[in-house]
Amino acid sequence: MTDRNPHPGASPADNPGHEATQATSETLLHAEDVRKYFRVRGGAGASRAEVKAVDGVSIDVRRGETLGLVGETGCGKSTLARCLTRLYDLTSGKVVFEERDISDLSRRELRPVRREMQMIFQDPYGSLNPRRRVGSIIGDPFSIHNIGNRKDRKAKVQDLMELVGLNPEHYNRFPAEFSGGQRQRIGVARALALRPRLIVCDEPVSALDVSIQAQVLNLLTDLQREFDLTYVFITHDLSVVRHVSDRIAVMYLGKVIEVAPTDDIFETTRHPYTKALLSALPVPDPDAADSRERIVLTGDLPSPINPPQACRFHPRCPKAQEICAREEPPLVPVLGDDGSHLTACHFPLEVGESLRPAVEATGPERGVTR
Amino acid sequence: MSTGSAEVDAPADVDQDVAGVAPRVQGRSPWLLAWQRLRRDRVAMISLVVIVLIAVIAVIAPVFAGITGHPPNQQYLQQGTTTAGLPVGPNGTFWFGADDLGRDILVRIAYGARISLGVGVAATLLTVAIGVVVGLAAGFFRGAVDTVLARFVDVILSVPFFLVAIALVSIAGPGLTMTVLVIGAFSWASVARIVRGQVLSIREREYVEAARSLGATDMRIMFVDVLPNVLAQVIVYTTLLIPVVIVTQAALSFLGLGLQPPTADWGGMIAESQNFYQVAWWFPVFPGLALLITTLAFNLFGDGVRDAFDPRSGRAA
Amino acid sequence: MALLEVNDLQVSFNTPDGVVRAVRGVSFTVEAGQTLGIIGESGSGKSVATQSLTGLVAGATVSGTAMFDGLDLLHASPREMRRIRGRQIGMIFQDPLSSLHPCFTVGWQITEMIRAHEQVSRKKARNRAVELLDLVRIPNARSRVDDYPHQFSGGMRQRVMIAMAMALNPALLIADEPTTALDVTVQAQVLQVMQDVQREFGTAIILITHDLGVIADVADEVVVMYAGKVMERARRRDIFYQYHHPYTEGLLSSLPARGGTRERLTPIPGNPPSLLAELDPCPFVPRCPYVFDRCRSEVPPLAPVHPDEQHRSACWLAPDRARSRGSASSDPAPDIAPVTP
Repeated sequence: MTDRNPHPGASPADNPGHEATQATSETLLHAEDVRKYFRVRGGAGASRAEVKAVDGVSIDVRRGETLGLVGETGCGKSTLARCLTRLYDLTSGKVVFEERDISDLSRRELRPVRREMQMIFQDPYGSLNPRRRVGSIIGDPFSIHNIGNRKDRKAKVQDLMELVGLNPEHYNRFPAEFSGGQRQRIGVARALALRPRLIVCDEPVSALDVSIQAQVLNLLTDLQREFDLTYVFITHDLSVVRHVSDRIAVMYLGKVIEVAPTDDIFETTRHPYTKALLSALPVPDPDAADSRERIVLTGDLPSPINPPQACRFHPRCPKAQEICAREEPPLVPVLGDDGSHLTACHFPLEVGESLRPAVEATGPERGVTR
Repeated sequence: MSTGSAEVDAPADVDQDVAGVAPRVQGRSPWLLAWQRLRRDRVAMISLVVIVLIAVIAVIAPVFAGITGHPPNQQYLQQGTTTAGLPVGPNGTFWFGADDLGRDILVRIAYGARISLGVGVAATLLTVAIGVVVGLAAGFFRGAVDTVLARFVDVILSVPFFLVAIALVSIAGPGLTMTVLVIGAFSWASVARIVRGQVLSIREREYVEAARSLGATDMRIMFVDVLPNVLAQVIVYTTLLIPVVIVTQAALSFLGLGLQPPTADWGGMIAESQNFYQVAWWFPVFPGLALLITTLAFNLFGDGVRDAFDPRSGRAA
Repeated sequence: MALLEVNDLQVSFNTPDGVVRAVRGVSFTVEAGQTLGIIGESGSGKSVATQSLTGLVAGATVSGTAMFDGLDLLHASPREMRRIRGRQIGMIFQDPLSSLHPCFTVGWQITEMIRAHEQVSRKKARNRAVELLDLVRIPNARSRVDDYPHQFSGGMRQRVMIAMAMALNPALLIADEPTTALDVTVQAQVLQVMQDVQREFGTAIILITHDLGVIADVADEVVVMYAGKVMERARRRDIFYQYHHPYTEGLLSSLPARGGTRERLTPIPGNPPSLLAELDPCPFVPRCPYVFDRCRSEVPPLAPVHPDEQHRSACWLAPDRARSRGSASSDPAPDIAPVTP
């Protein structure tokens, strides 16, 4: 199964010097300076403000890999996903899929593209129409794209149900008759129906209990191997993203602030925000929990309507200096990293460097506390 | 219980029957579930029986005329009124008494049911049809369409209904069609508002986004994903709207804006009884009771329907 | 003596579909100043069990005893419960916004809360409110005390809830999934504040969560619930390193490995049971890899696991089965391990 596909677990050394923003033939999806602003009514008065949900993101998704997209609520990861799949119109920027610029395609022009890229959604309850039978939900891709006749479709749908571990005899049931994990399988089957190349998974296991979450993660991994799928995997759960991803991009307030192969993100963390995020992750291991350094960020996420100038993390960053508020750091290799590890920080962390000493330097009002 | 010999090497992932749900291949649709809940609701079922009875009475109204031998508009000035010219009370010939012209109240109530139910259902359907179309369009397309339609709804809702109804009738003349049109023309706005609100919330659901990500067209999303999910609300609203319409129709007749004499109709009968209620209690009471029982039955049934579609348990409905 | 001693708690609900037995005989104790973590997946009854302690489950049939400070919470009068809630038992919930009144300032809400139970001047109560907000690390507490709930972020609201719950210095704080709706960095802040508060006041905490990571972080003692029953009860380290019950084992093995290997996970097969149904003597039977005849015929008691009296497990497997998944043998956590000496 795996030999058809250079398994995504392959080491990053296979792609030496690969720049994240440079399209090559092994690039399936390429995004360049993507921006998505939403208009909102300003709080006071009738002034119109804009939420800069995604503000200049360039990123590549390579064939057969799983790219993890992590960040906290409001960082723009879900918006970015919907820009990449063109569920949203872009405010500016470019999305290239299979070497074709899809940034400005109309909905009609996008229809054939939709067969190649699918989404799996977070809410196993919300993402299935409660008034339709499961068979017709999974068959949607066929009926929307006019593939096969009724009988063919039924057979195909039942194959899909079996493939994702559902009982094909439950073809006529309604979503409410399935548990959360099973509903997520229904969503997976629907996404898989047209054998897409790319599946964007938006928090696919966040709403599931751990034991069920593991079932669905296994399923996704198996399907990737079997069908050469490429995943963009959005989650706020760092342990999940570490498990599934080949590369991880960390987002903060509409920007990618660090992107690297999974192990590098965890072992040679460069960006102070990534470091803080990793340290806050609760670890299901009491000894590790007791002994680790936990960096508790002070302050709250600033509003994306009026994000901080230059480096957006600087008001909360223990290492911030004057330049951080003045000049935006580019997303580049730092401290001798190769082209696979990019960081947007003026003062990236050395391996083993602790964020803690910076507390004294910056004073109690800002930075970290423990 | 488990089947699904998955191609994927995933013995642990094999599907199991949802615990607690008896293994059955045919799914239970939300509609069926709602019906099952409704059937367990005693008040709603009794109300439904009453509604069906009234409908049967309306249909077989001529049978009443046949049994009593009194056609609805036949005036029995001899048997039906006293020598003083007052209506006679309930007796062996006139079970519910007679009116001031000596007509049989029972028979006229039976015929009146035709008007009440007919107008009630027809005007409600018209109302709901207009309301759903406008509400769907406003909610689904948003933007300029929504703004225009929403303002139009506001205008309709602020029109003083009875004043305009009186004006219209005085221009076009009263009648059955007129009654239905007038009620329909002024009641749809509230339906449109409800439907629009529902559509706005449903179109933000993930399953609509999922359909869009599959490349579904707007029309398909509207009719496959949005409309069926609005329908439950619409049905609830419809059953609760019927009694309102019946009362409105009666009120129009009472004001002389509805059907013209001698057509038997409950509102008109109550109007005719105005000068006689002190000497002939049966004259206003029986048509009034008929109206009350009918609207009460519809209201109780409507409450039951709402509860059936909106159980506190589960997120299915 | 334990602060709270719950014995054979049972809670059931009448629904149109039948009787849901949400809690099926749960016993546990909470010691003063300690944190009891209750972990379980959705439908395990963990929230219902604790809500029933404070009389907050409407329309439920509750039986058993829950002795708190000489009073049986399950049989106390509504009047007694009102006195206990807030004053002796504080509560925080998953969604702080729905527990804060949107139309009043947080200062007013905390002040009223204090004055409802204690005879103090408005001014004194207000000063206490400011101190409390300070304690839960709300910056500029003195001015923020006059802000409305919507002016706070999610994490701050939860901290305000903690401040309010702690206003009367209760002996017990019940926290029902307090960080589930929060991001990890904010979750860390909230957990930290809870620990601060515990240290400051010696409050006992019941922490209900589905997150093993949170349990590993802050619990002293852990109760593992499944299908309305307690499966295993032990000190924190024992749950993670010396677990006995196959369900606990299943939960732990479902988690992605910490080293980040991409190997297949080991989930618990199947789905949790419906609480409408009559369950096997051990509710885990349909999903248990070790199941044998006795599991289907006899209810396993919550019995001590050899050789530790405090560690109890409701499973017929040999009492000395408790496995070492010792921390030493597992990956020593290079990712989050202290990088400073």
